[in-house]
Amino acid sequence: MTLSRGARIGLRVAMVLGLGVIYVPLLVVLINSFNADRAFAWPPAHLTGRWWSAAWDNGGVRSALWTSVKAGLGATVVALVLGTMAAFAVQRYRFFGRGTVSLLVILPIALPGIVTGIALNNAFRTVLTPLGIQLGLFTVIVGHATFCVVTVYNNVLARLRRLGTRVEEASADLGADTFQTFRYVTFPLLRSALLAGGLLSFALSFDEIIVTTFTAGAGVQTLPIWIFNNLFRPNQAPIVNVVAAALIVLSVVPVYLAQRVSGDTRGL
Amino acid sequence: MSTIATPGGPVRRLAGLLYRRPYLRLAGLLSAPLLWLVVAYLGALAALFAAAFWTTDVFTGEVVRQFNLGNFQELWSQGVYRTITLRSVGVAVAVTVVDGVIAFPMAFYMAKIASPRAQRWLVIAVLTPLWASYLVKAYAWRVMFSGTGVLNWVLDPFGIHGPGYGLPATVVTLAYLWLPYMILPLYAGLERLPNSLLDASGDLGARTFRTVIWPVAFPAVIAGSIFTFSLSLGDYITVKIVGGKSQLIGNVVYDNVGAANNLPFAAAVATIPVAVMVIYLVAVRRTGALDNL
Repeated sequence: MTLSRGARIGLRVAMVLGLGVIYVPLLVVLINSFNADRAFAWPPAHLTGRWWSAAWDNGGVRSALWTSVKAGLGATVVALVLGTMAAFAVQRYRFFGRGTVSLLVILPIALPGIVTGIALNNAFRTVLTPLGIQLGLFTVIVGHATFCVVTVYNNVLARLRRLGTRVEEASADLGADTFQTFRYVTFPLLRSALLAGGLLSFALSFDEIIVTTFTAGAGVQTLPIWIFNNLFRPNQAPIVNVVAAALIVLSVVPVYLAQRVSGDTRGL
Repeated sequence: MSTIATPGGPVRRLAGLLYRRPYLRLAGLLSAPLLWLVVAYLGALAALFAAAFWTTDVFTGEVVRQFNLGNFQELWSQGVYRTITLRSVGVAVAVTVVDGVIAFPMAFYMAKIASPRAQRWLVIAVLTPLWASYLVKAYAWRVMFSGTGVLNWVLDPFGIHGPGYGLPATVVTLAYLWLPYMILPLYAGLERLPNSLLDASGDLGARTFRTVIWPVAFPAVIAGSIFTFSLSLGDYITVKIVGGKSQLIGNVVYDNVGAANNLPFAAAVATIPVAVMVIYLVAVRRTGALDNL
């Protein structure tokens, strides 16, 4: 499109500055993880890799990481099952209250995390504690799954809308029953949507701190909780720096996977 | 296929039953999600807001289940809560405005000036930080704003001192956190705007921005603002990390659940962001922007 030279240059500068604002803080954290001094001062006087090995050997970090992975996987499995079921119901049937289901699925992520957090905390303590179930990994998974459903739901809903029902009808005409059609026809077509939704769901859960704070109880520490608890302790600063830097580096993985998945769907 | 069911086996019979009765299928599909979201989640929310009308016994710390409006009266009469509410809404508005101002030229450049190849990379470049941890990004700004931090290092030669931890730092950090949520809908909206339309408008000497771009961009800005506004409104972590001693609504809720152990009052405070958000959504709905989400 035609734009004056000045406007073009101005917009280009804005773009570069914007990307600078986005990436400079992340770069600072990366560089800072090699800072040899315990106390933070910019720019770092000496660089060292020893905090990385110290973080790797840190028991607290390892167990928190493991807890986060377990919570993320648990929540993702629940979200995959519930989200897919809800998406099928909404996309393939007409029923009373159909529009409300979408709202209901989005609500846990639309409301402030602290509202969801204290509501679940209150409910767990009133209902589960008398049954002998304490706050722990189980309640974290329940809390995370509640707001992760929406990611799978949206992806599967969009895919089902695009697929239509013709292939399923063809499968039924050829003699496959409901389950066979799902297993051999519908599921393979949904796979990349499920992968995208599941990836997003895992990332959401892995990163979540507010709902986790209220559903985790005393003994359970996910990685974000560990970071937050150690953020204000000066002697832990080097380890926190390394964990933060590692998480920044790792955030490239889901982007790469998502690109691969979206590449797959284009070939569909 | 023989591994699944032999013709006439119980699985096949169940499949036939399901095929003949769509309502049975629907009930099966809806049961688990609704049980989870309605009974567990909406139930928990309802119980929470019912608790807002209860009180906590000051001596025993037990919740007294007796309907009264005491919590809301206290929220209304104590000036401090009104100040905190206004401050939180102010922060949320400021974050939204900052994001809008930064996001618009970036989205415009991505949608209208960059080559298709560059476009793809720019979208990835904007999206990638979304996957980096929330806490890490807030921490990055703690490093930026700290007394011996990057910002002061940059500003020192000019004889200026950075703002340090406080509300401005909170606004900057929150704006940073939610920026991609503003860029992406704006980019999507502007991309749909045909270039020929802009050229035609330019040829005809129209005020292109006001008459052509803005009507298309506005619903996208609203869509983005829903994220930036609501995410800022409920936040209490960022303000703890970079906000110094500042308090927002989220902190009041948090402190009343934790240290004060006064769930009814926390529940009453928690109704504020929910109410503000509902008002915002209703107002936004009137503009018709929600239909384009």
